[in-house]
Amino acid sequence: MSGIPHDHYEPKTGGEKWLHKRLPVVGLLYDTLMIPTPKNLNWMWIWGIVLTFCLALQIITGIVLVMHYTPHVDYAFASVEHIMRNVNGGAMLRYLHMNGASLFFVAVYAHIFRGLYYGSYKAPREVTWIIGMLIYLCMMGTAFMGYVLPWGQMSFWGATVITGLFGAIPFVGDSLLTWLQGGPAVDNATLNRFFSLHYLLPFVIAGLVVVHIWAFHTTGNNNPTGVEVRRTSKAEAEKDTLPFWPYFVIKDLFALAVILAVFFAIVGFMPNYLGHPDNYIEANPLVTPTHIVPEWYFLPFYAILRAFTSEVWIVIAANFLTGGIIDAKFFGVIAMFGAIVVMALAPWLDTSSVRSARYRPMLKWWFWLLVIDFFVLMWLGAMPAEEPYATFSLIASAYWFAYFLVILPLMGVIEKPLPQPATIEEDFNAHYSKTGGTKTVVDPTPAE
Amino acid sequence: MSHADDHEGTRRDFLYYATAGAGVVATGAAVWPLVNQMNPSADVLALASIRVDVSGVEPGTQLTVKWLGKPVFIRHRTGEEISEAQAQDEEFQAGVAVVDPLARNVNLPDPSAPATDANRTMPSPEGEGAGAWIVQMGVCTHLGCVPLGNAGEYGGWFCPCHGSHYDLSGRIRKGPAPENLPVPPAEWVDGSTILLG
Amino acid sequence: MIRKFTLSALTALTLTTGGAFAAGAYDTHIEDFDFSFEGPFGTYDQNQLQRGLKIYTQVCSACHGLRYVPIRTLSSEDGPGMPEDQVRAYAEQNFEVFDEELDDFRPARPVDHFPHVTSAGAPDLSLMAKARAGFHGPYGLGINQFFKGMGGAEYIASLLSGYTGEEKEEAGAILYENKAFPGGWISMAPPLYGDDVEFDDGHEATIESQSKDVAAFLMWTAEPKLMARKEAGFVGVLFLTVLSVLLYLTNKRLWAPVKRRAKENNDS
Repeated sequence: MSGIPHDHYEPKTGGEKWLHKRLPVVGLLYDTLMIPTPKNLNWMWIWGIVLTFCLALQIITGIVLVMHYTPHVDYAFASVEHIMRNVNGGAMLRYLHMNGASLFFVAVYAHIFRGLYYGSYKAPREVTWIIGMLIYLCMMGTAFMGYVLPWGQMSFWGATVITGLFGAIPFVGDSLLTWLQGGPAVDNATLNRFFSLHYLLPFVIAGLVVVHIWAFHTTGNNNPTGVEVRRTSKAEAEKDTLPFWPYFVIKDLFALAVILAVFFAIVGFMPNYLGHPDNYIEANPLVTPTHIVPEWYFLPFYAILRAFTSEVWIVIAANFLTGGIIDAKFFGVIAMFGAIVVMALAPWLDTSSVRSARYRPMLKWWFWLLVIDFFVLMWLGAMPAEEPYATFSLIASAYWFAYFLVILPLMGVIEKPLPQPATIEEDFNAHYSKTGGTKTVVDPTPAE
Repeated sequence: MSHADDHEGTRRDFLYYATAGAGVVATGAAVWPLVNQMNPSADVLALASIRVDVSGVEPGTQLTVKWLGKPVFIRHRTGEEISEAQAQDEEFQAGVAVVDPLARNVNLPDPSAPATDANRTMPSPEGEGAGAWIVQMGVCTHLGCVPLGNAGEYGGWFCPCHGSHYDLSGRIRKGPAPENLPVPPAEWVDGSTILLG
Repeated sequence: MIRKFTLSALTALTLTTGGAFAAGAYDTHIEDFDFSFEGPFGTYDQNQLQRGLKIYTQVCSACHGLRYVPIRTLSSEDGPGMPEDQVRAYAEQNFEVFDEELDDFRPARPVDHFPHVTSAGAPDLSLMAKARAGFHGPYGLGINQFFKGMGGAEYIASLLSGYTGEEKEEAGAILYENKAFPGGWISMAPPLYGDDVEFDDGHEATIESQSKDVAAFLMWTAEPKLMARKEAGFVGVLFLTVLSVLLYLTNKRLWAPVKRRAKENNDS
C-alpha cells in the first residue's frame, strides 16, 4: 500500500493463511497500523486522530439521539426538551453532540492550517488535500442541517437565510430555492429532508475519510521539514520513520485525552457557551430575531458573504460586465464558496519548490497573517453589518483571497528559501541533541 | 540481563497495564450511557403507577383504564354477582372446568395461592361486603385480545377472538386461553381511589 | 498548565456567536447577582426553588406557562425536592389540564406538564433562563460570558427588580420603563411590589429577594439536570486528567530509547 518500503504481514498459522488467501483483512489492518511514519512529526500532527474521534462521537451520540427525536415542526422542539428532561442521561448526550460539533471544527481548522503551514497540500499529496476539502464541505453541510433540527429560532432563521443564498443564483435561483425547501418557505418538508441528510452525510464523510487515509498512506505522511522519507531501501526508510503503532498511536491518544479533558469541562460546566440563547425559543416564522448569527465555525465565511455589498467597486464592475446577472447578493455567494475553492486550489497556486514554511522566511509571516485574518473574519461575522465592520470585512476578505491568488504564486518566485535538512533523521537527531546538531551531516552512521 | 534492567522492565509493565486498564475503564464508562438511554425514560416510568378514582363506578358496572399501555378492568360487583361468584367458586373448587388452578394475583405473597374468589378479588374498602371489587388485566391470556364484559357462558368475560370464557372471578373456564386473567398490583389509597402499580 | 491551555484555547475560540452580541444601542443594566448554582460546583438551593415556585404560582402563572416542565419533577432531589404527596396536592389545587381521553378539563396530576398559558400573549417561561443572556461582549468577544456565565437568571432577576416606576402610552398600550429590558420599555406591568407572597418560614419577600428566588426557580425549570451535568463533567475531567498523565508517562517511556539513540547518533 505504501510507497515506503516496510515489513508486511506474514500469516503464520494455518488459520491465518486460510483467511489471508480469502480475505486479507488482517494484512490490511497490519499495514495500516504499522505504516512507517516520519519520526519527527510534531504536536500539530495529532488532529487527524482527534477528527476521527469526533466523527465517531458525533455518529454514535447522533444515532442515540435519533431514538428520541421527532422530526416534525410541531414536535421537534418538544422532543429535544424530552431528551433534556426525561431520557436517561439525555441532557449529557445532547450536550456532547452539540459541543462535539464545535470540537470537530476546532480540530478541522487546526488540521487545515497545519497543512497550509507545512505545505502538506503540495505534490504528491494534492488528492489527499482535495478529499480533505470535500470532507470539510460535507462537515459544513452536516453541521448546518444539524443546527436546524432542534427547531429553535436560530435554527429556523439560519435555515431561511442560508437556503436563501441559493436563491441568489441567476435564472434558476427561485426554482432551486423552492426545490431545496420543498415549498415556498422553510417548513416541515425542509426539516424532514435536513434530518434525512444530516443522518446520511456523516457516513459519506466516513467513506471520504477512508479514501483520505488511503491517499496519504500511499504518498506517505508529510512532516515538519517537508523533506520526503528516503525510500531506496528498507534500512534507509527505517532511519527516517517509526511504525504508527505504538509510537504515534500512544502520542495521539495522549493529546486526545488532554483535549477531551478540556472538552468535558466545557460540556459539564458551560455547555451553552458556544450556542445562541435564541435557540431555546421555539421557531416562529412570524418573528425574526434581532440579530441572526450562524454558529462560530461558519462566521469567517459568513463575514466574506456579507463583505461584498453593492457599493464595492469589484461588485459594481462584475454587475456591469455581466449585464446585471451577477448582482451583489450572488457575488457574495460566489465569494463565500470561492474562499473555499481557492483554498482547495492551493496545490496548484503554490509555486515554491520548498514545502514547509519552516524554511520559507517570507511566506511564514504571510501565513501567520492569514491565521489572524481568519480570526478577525470570525469576529466580524458576529458583528452587525454596519460601519466600521463592513470595511474591515472587505479588507479581511480581500486578504484571504490575496493569500491564495497572489502571495502563494508570487512567493515561489521572489522568496529565497532557507537550507533544509537532508533527511528526516538529521532533523530528528538535531532536535534531541545537546549540541543542537549540524546541518552538514548527510548520512550519520549509527553509534553502535 | 542485569538487575537494573529487570527492575525497569517491571515498572514499565506496570505503567503499560495501568494505562491500558484506564483506557478500558474509560471505554466502559462511555458505553454505559449509550445502553442506559434505551431504558424507559422518566415520563414513561412516571406512568408506572397511576391513581384511579372509582367513586363513580356504581355496582354492576366496570371501569376500563389504561395502565402500562394495557387495559385494566375494575369491576364493582352487585350483591347478586357476589353470590353468583360464590356459587361458581364452589363449583370450581369441586374441580369442574378447572383450567388454571392458580390465583395469578401479584398482591398475594404466595405465588402458588389457589384461584379462589377470595384470592382474586380486592379487599373491600370500609363499609362494603367482601368481594365487591375485582381488578384484573383486560388482556386475554391466549393471544392478547381484550375480552368483553358481562358475556360468555359464565357471565364474566368472553374473548371474541378465539372464544375463551372467563367466570365472574376472571378464571378461565372454557376455551383456548391457558391462564386466569392476571391481577395487577392494586391497593386502596382511600375509600374511592385505587393505586395501580 | 492544562487550565492555562483551556483558557487560551477558549479565548481563541471565543470570537463568539450571538448572545454575546446584543445590547449596544441601549444602556441596559444587568446586576450580577450571586446564585447558589453558579460555578463548577454550584448547586440549587431547595428552599430557594420552593420559594420561587410559590412566587411563580401566585404571581407569574396568571399569564405565563411552563409547558415543557412536568409537574412531577418538583419532587426531584436535584430540584425543589418536594414530597410526592405535596406535589400531587399542588397539581390538583393549582392547575386544570385538558384531557383528550375525557374530552374535558380535569385537575392536573403530577405526570402532567404545567399548563401552556397563551391567554395574555406572554411568553412561556420553561426555558427563559437559557433563552436570554444577561452578559455580553465586550466587543462581541464573549469574554464576559466566559467569566460570569450566560447570565439568564441574572437577566430575569434584574428585569423583575429593574422597574423605575415610569410609564408611557404608545399606540394604545402602556409601556413601563425597565432598566434591564433591551430598549428600556416593556409591556409587562411590574409584577412584584414586595411582600407579594408570604413564606411559611418567614423568609423575607422584598422585590429583590423575590426576583432572585423566582429567577433561581426558572433556572431550574430551564436546566433541571444542571447538577447531574456538573457532576458528570467533573468526573469526566478528573478521569481524563488521570488518563492523560498515564498516557504521557507511557508515551515518554515508549519514546525514551528512540530519543536516546537520536542524541547518541548526533553527538558521536
